[in-house]
Amino acid sequence: MLMVLVVIPAYNEKLRVGRVIRGLFEHGYKDVLVVDDGSKDDTALEAEKAGAKVIKHEINRGQGAALETGDAYARNVGAEIVIHFDADGQFNPLDIEPALKLMRDKNVDLVFGSRFLDSRSKIPWQKKYLILPAARWINFVFTGITLSDAHNGFRILSKKALSKVVFLHDRMAHNTEILKIVKKNNLTYAESPVEVTYLNYGQGLSGGFRIILDLIIASFTK
Amino acid sequence: MNQPIQALLILIFLIAISKVFMRYRSEDLSLKETVVWILFWVLAGVVVIQPNLTARVAEMLGVGRGADVVVYISLVVLFFIVFRLVIKIEKLNREITKVIREKALK
Repeated sequence: MLMVLVVIPAYNEKLRVGRVIRGLFEHGYKDVLVVDDGSKDDTALEAEKAGAKVIKHEINRGQGAALETGDAYARNVGAEIVIHFDADGQFNPLDIEPALKLMRDKNVDLVFGSRFLDSRSKIPWQKKYLILPAARWINFVFTGITLSDAHNGFRILSKKALSKVVFLHDRMAHNTEILKIVKKNNLTYAESPVEVTYLNYGQGLSGGFRIILDLIIASFTK
Repeated sequence: MNQPIQALLILIFLIAISKVFMRYRSEDLSLKETVVWILFWVLAGVVVIQPNLTARVAEMLGVGRGADVVVYISLVVLFFIVFRLVIKIEKLNREITKVIREKALK
């Protein structure tokens, strides 16, 4: 049996993280790691109560940083498959099994979740028609890769992908960064449909500009 | 030197130079940095005492007035310093993340 580790970066999600963890357990994913990214609330406590393994960033470093800490943990324990999953309950654990199957069938290194492969997600129109197309374009400009979805936190990484994907971007630009890494290392990938339930809006336009700024600054930093 | 603004600026530059010396003594600045900063303030002082110098530089560069040359050069220098600071902060951020990560994984 392969070790499948679900990595959940969490920041101030005490109200939702417990339910997310229980949902994963119910669907048979027993190795769940929560990276508490310096939360001000009881996120870590709630995650522990729900039965997840919890590690903590002492101060908030951003989602990219928390994911990388989770991936580093996964490398240390020798996980063979890592699933990135959001703490706020916007993903459906039922989407994992088909994505894992796709990974096996197509023998790819990575699977990206996409909101656009079926019609389950009720995407706010500004995101659907303005922000996400712009984000796809930015991904293309910086990486040369186009996916049907741009910034989707649902991903599955094989052991090979895990060894190559090391996030340097602390905040949200990791979604573009991962495509750069895919391109550079010739990793293979596929997209699998996921349902996203919008509980809060997530990143708006200003978040998008922040990402572009991060990408530009990073291009000068080694 | 015949304008109050000149005296005021020279005084500020002298204070700046003394600060540079103090920071060199407390080993916050390397010798190279100290020399560069002192040269910078001395040059600024020369420009203040002899404003006509900038007029000559302006003529050489094809800019209308001496004061304009000073503004243009200052802008470029400031932009360059801000750019370096942004890069430096990004690097510091990465270092902090690294330390926090190592602590988290322990």
